[in-house]
Amino acid sequence: MVSPLLSVSNLHKTYGSGPSAFEALKGLDLDIAEGESIAIIGKSGSGKSTLMHLLALLDRPTFGSIVLDGTDTSRLSAKQLNQTRNSAFGFVFQQFFLNAQASVLDNVTLPLKIAGVGRRERTAQGIAALAQLELDDKAGNRANDLSGGQKQRVVIARALINQPRVIFADEPTGNLDTATGTVVEDILFDLNRRRGINLVVVTHDEELASRCDRRIYIRDGLIAAREAVAA
Amino acid sequence: MKGVDVLATAFRNAFRSRLRTSLTVLAIFIGAFTLSLTNGLGTGINQYIDDTVASVGVDDVMTVTKASEEEPTEGPAEYDPNQIATDGAPGATATALTDDDIDTIADIDGVESVEPSKSVLVDYVRHDDGTRYQLSVAELVPGMRMELVAGEQVDLDATDPELVLPESYVEPLDLGSAADAVGQTVALAVTDATGEQVTTEATVVGVAEPGVITMGGAVPNDVLAEELYDLQTTGAPEAETTRYAEASVSFDTTGGAAQTEALQDRLADAGFTGSTLEDQLGTITAVIDGIVLVLNGFAVIALVAAGIGIVNTLFMAVQERTREVGLMKAMGLSSGRVFSLFSIEAVVIGLVGSALGVLGAVGAGQLVNSVSGDLLADLPGLTLIAFDPVSIATVVLGVMAIALLAGTLPALRAARQDPISSLRYE
Repeated sequence: MVSPLLSVSNLHKTYGSGPSAFEALKGLDLDIAEGESIAIIGKSGSGKSTLMHLLALLDRPTFGSIVLDGTDTSRLSAKQLNQTRNSAFGFVFQQFFLNAQASVLDNVTLPLKIAGVGRRERTAQGIAALAQLELDDKAGNRANDLSGGQKQRVVIARALINQPRVIFADEPTGNLDTATGTVVEDILFDLNRRRGINLVVVTHDEELASRCDRRIYIRDGLIAAREAVAA
Repeated sequence: MKGVDVLATAFRNAFRSRLRTSLTVLAIFIGAFTLSLTNGLGTGINQYIDDTVASVGVDDVMTVTKASEEEPTEGPAEYDPNQIATDGAPGATATALTDDDIDTIADIDGVESVEPSKSVLVDYVRHDDGTRYQLSVAELVPGMRMELVAGEQVDLDATDPELVLPESYVEPLDLGSAADAVGQTVALAVTDATGEQVTTEATVVGVAEPGVITMGGAVPNDVLAEELYDLQTTGAPEAETTRYAEASVSFDTTGGAAQTEALQDRLADAGFTGSTLEDQLGTITAVIDGIVLVLNGFAVIALVAAGIGIVNTLFMAVQERTREVGLMKAMGLSSGRVFSLFSIEAVVIGLVGSALGVLGAVGAGQLVNSVSGDLLADLPGLTLIAFDPVSIATVVLGVMAIALLAGTLPALRAARQDPISSLRYE
C-alpha cells in the first residue's frame, strides 16, 4: 500500500489549562491517501475545525503526530511550516477573505507574493489561474465588485495558484445559493479528479459531503463514524 | 515575500484609509514644519554671523589686552596712570600696553607676530570743499574681507594712502554713485597732540556695505593708518605715543583649539588676556543656539504628539486588517514580515509627513525671507531662514526614526496575531 499523504495518530488538542481546560480532540487517528477527497462533518464544537487547523499546520497538536508525506511535522521549524503551507496547501474559506480594495489579480497572486515570486511571473500565473476559472476578464476589477459566486471562484484561483497538493475548504458553499454552490462544488471536485489535488472539506452540508470519497463524522473530539462511497 | 514587495505593499497600505492617514500626516507635517523652520532660523542667523566674521577679522589673529591686575571690587577704583579708555561701554577702561609689553608678547611661544593697534580718531572726512562729516576708522587685519558694493579691498602693501568708505558716505560726500566714488580723493582731518587740526588725503578704492560689526566705519590701509597715527601723535610725549589699548597677535592655527588655548594660557601667565574672534562671537552664537534649542524643543514635543498619532493610526489599521493578516500568515507569511509590513507603513507615514513639512518650511522660509528683507533692511546679506541639507536630512531621518519607534507596538501586535483566531468568524 502506498504511504498516505497525511497521517494522523492519537491526536490530542487541549485549549487552556487547569480547571478551565477544554479538550477539543481526544486521540484521533486518520489517514488521507494521495488524491483523496474527504469530508469532515460534525456539529459546531465537535472539534472538526480544530482537526482541520491541525491538518493544515495552522496549529500544533498538544499530543500526537501529524505526518505529511513521510515527514513528522512536529520537527519542522516555524519557517518550514510557513513554507509548507505556502507551497503545498491552498485555502478556501466560507467568508472568502478577499482584500476588498485590491484588484482580483492582486488577490489571486497573494500566495506567490508571499513566496517571493517576481511581479512579472506572478501576473502570468495569476492570469492563467483566473483563466482556468473563466475569470481572466475580471483580473483588473476590484474584488468587492464581484458577485458571491465570482468571489468564491477567485478564492479557488488563489488556492490553486501555487499548485498545491491539498486544498482545505471550510464551508466553501456556505455563503452561496444552491445553484452557485453547485458550480463551485463542481470546480473543486473537477480539480480533485483531474489534477489529483486532495480535498479536505469541512461542512455541515450532507449533499456536499456525499460527493467526497470519504466522510468522517466527528463528535466530542473523536471520530464517530467513517463512511466511504462504494467505488 | 521579497523586500521590494514588502515596501510596495506597506506603501499602498499606508494610503488605504486616506482620511486617517492624511490626518496623521498633517500632525507630523506640523511638527516637521516647525522643527525645520526653527532650525532654519538658527542656521540663517549663525550663517550671517559667520559671514560677518570674515569682515571683522580672521581666525588666526587674537586680540591681546593687558589683564587688569586687580580684581574688580566694589566702591571706587584706584587711579591707574596707564589706564586708557577703550571702545567698550562708556567709562570702560583697560590698562594700556607699552612697547615693553609688546616685546614681551612677541617673545611668548606660539606668537608669530604682534602688531599694536593704533587707534585713530578722525575728526571729519570731506570731499573737495564740501560738508564735513564725522567718520570712525576701523583697523584692517590681513585676511579680513568686507562686503563691497563697488571697487576692491584696500591693498595693505600699497605705498599710497587708500581707504574703503562705507556706502552711506557716498551720497553726502557728493561722490556720485558708488562706482563713481572709487578712485576719488577725500580729505581726512585729525587733531594732533598740540591741539592743531591737520588733514591728509587718501584715495577711495572701495565702497563697503554696512556690516554688523564694522557698521559705518571706514577701513584705511597701513600707509594711511600710519600717517593718521603719526599726525595724531605729533607733539605728544613719548609715553603717550607708545601706549596701546590692544595688540593683534598672529598665531598658527594648525594646532587646533587645544594649541590656541595653550597660547591663551601662556599669555595669561605673562599678564595678558588673549581673545580670539570666536571667543568674542561665542556669546552671540551661544545665545542664538540656546534660543533655537528651546524652539526646537517645542517642535519636538509636537513631533512626539504626532508619533502617538502614528501609534493610534496603526493600531486601528492592525485592528481593521486582522483577517487579512491572519490570511497572509495562514498562507505562510512569517511574523517577521508582518512586523516589517506595519513598521514600514509607519515609516512611510513619517516620511511623507516630514518631507511635506520640510518642503513647506522651505517655502515658508522663502516667504519670510522676502518679507524680512524689507523689515531688516539694515542687515544686508541676512537670510533670516536658511536651510542646509544636513539639517533637512536630520529632520526627515529623525521623524522617520520616531515613526519607526511608534510603529513598533502595533507592528508587534500584528506579528503576534494567531491566524486561527484571526480567521474565525461568528
